[in-house]
Amino acid sequence: MTDCHCEEPLGRRSNLDRQSSTGARLLPPGTARKGRPSGGRNDSIRLAAGVVMLLLATTSPAQAVRPDEMLADPGLEARAREVGRELRCLVCRNQSIDDSDADLAHDLRVLVRERIKAGDSDDRVIAYVRARYGDFVLLRPPFELGTLLLWGGPLLLLVIGGAALARFYRSRREAAVAPLSPDERRRLASILGEGSEN
Amino acid sequence: MTGGAMNRRGLIFVLPAVVFTLLAVGFYVGLGIDSNVLPSALIDQPAPRFELPPLPGGERGFSSADLPGHVSLVNVFASWCTPCRAEHPILNALAKTKRVAIYGINYKDKPDAALAWIAELGNPYTRIGADDGRVGIDWGVYGVPETFIVDRAGRIRYKHVGPLTQNDVERTILPLITRLER
Repeated sequence: MTDCHCEEPLGRRSNLDRQSSTGARLLPPGTARKGRPSGGRNDSIRLAAGVVMLLLATTSPAQAVRPDEMLADPGLEARAREVGRELRCLVCRNQSIDDSDADLAHDLRVLVRERIKAGDSDDRVIAYVRARYGDFVLLRPPFELGTLLLWGGPLLLLVIGGAALARFYRSRREAAVAPLSPDERRRLASILGEGSEN
Repeated sequence: MTGGAMNRRGLIFVLPAVVFTLLAVGFYVGLGIDSNVLPSALIDQPAPRFELPPLPGGERGFSSADLPGHVSLVNVFASWCTPCRAEHPILNALAKTKRVAIYGINYKDKPDAALAWIAELGNPYTRIGADDGRVGIDWGVYGVPETFIVDRAGRIRYKHVGPLTQNDVERTILPLITRLER
């Protein structure tokens, strides 16, 4: 029914069910049974499978937003979607509240719409939820002192890697331009001289 | 052979050891963190203002006005939540000691089911408020059970996610209550 800390309660429609039901609906009735006995059976199955895969690939991910949650004003609803995409469902963790079927996500979607209808800006709605659930509720971590390593880490690695690479090439070039000693020059000349005689 | 080349050869031996140590420490700490438990954003913040109605037949609900003046334990529970059933005897035992005021937020529950649950398992709560989920959001609840310790000034000082065990009560909850009452 709702969100338990230990186990997924029974009876909640999971997103997997939802997606597969969407997939099933894409198939016209009877498609799977058609053309079964013919000789080119494998080919037609393969073709049908390919078509289904293609159709599935082009569908957008299932949205959990229910029609009864939506705001009448399309502009406000669009803003609510924008905000919803930024907020993590704390039950499913890797889904936004717009994508999640969890009860808490539903409650948060309703809350977001209430705040927007009351005239809050998008940032204020997000701040409202963040004040209660912390930074973790933001799907995009904020750029601040505590997240400096998170955001700056890749850049830091790039700089370190670049410096190491630059040093490697510089040392190789230095080794290459070391001048020949007189002895080496004499030996080189004699080798080259031998070569031209042959 | 120059000193620089010597150093570089030394680095080849030292660097893997350093990297390994860093990784080992990172994994030791990282894997020890229970990823199901999220830190609360409300620690040391004043408890939210709320007013919850009682369960049917109850005289009074539970509101933020009940909290100041004493240390309180606020337990978020529901009859549909199996771990709540596991923690309930712990709360009953704690209530019997009269060490701390225990309040209940009955979270997204059917009133009848909640009443039957209390009748069956006992009532450790001084007050119970029925919440449709909105007050839970104000408390930063993301599942049940969750337990909060609120100090005399009405500030949230601790949050426990998941069922309380006897160990949690003895090691964490009771010492914290003692500290907050000082």
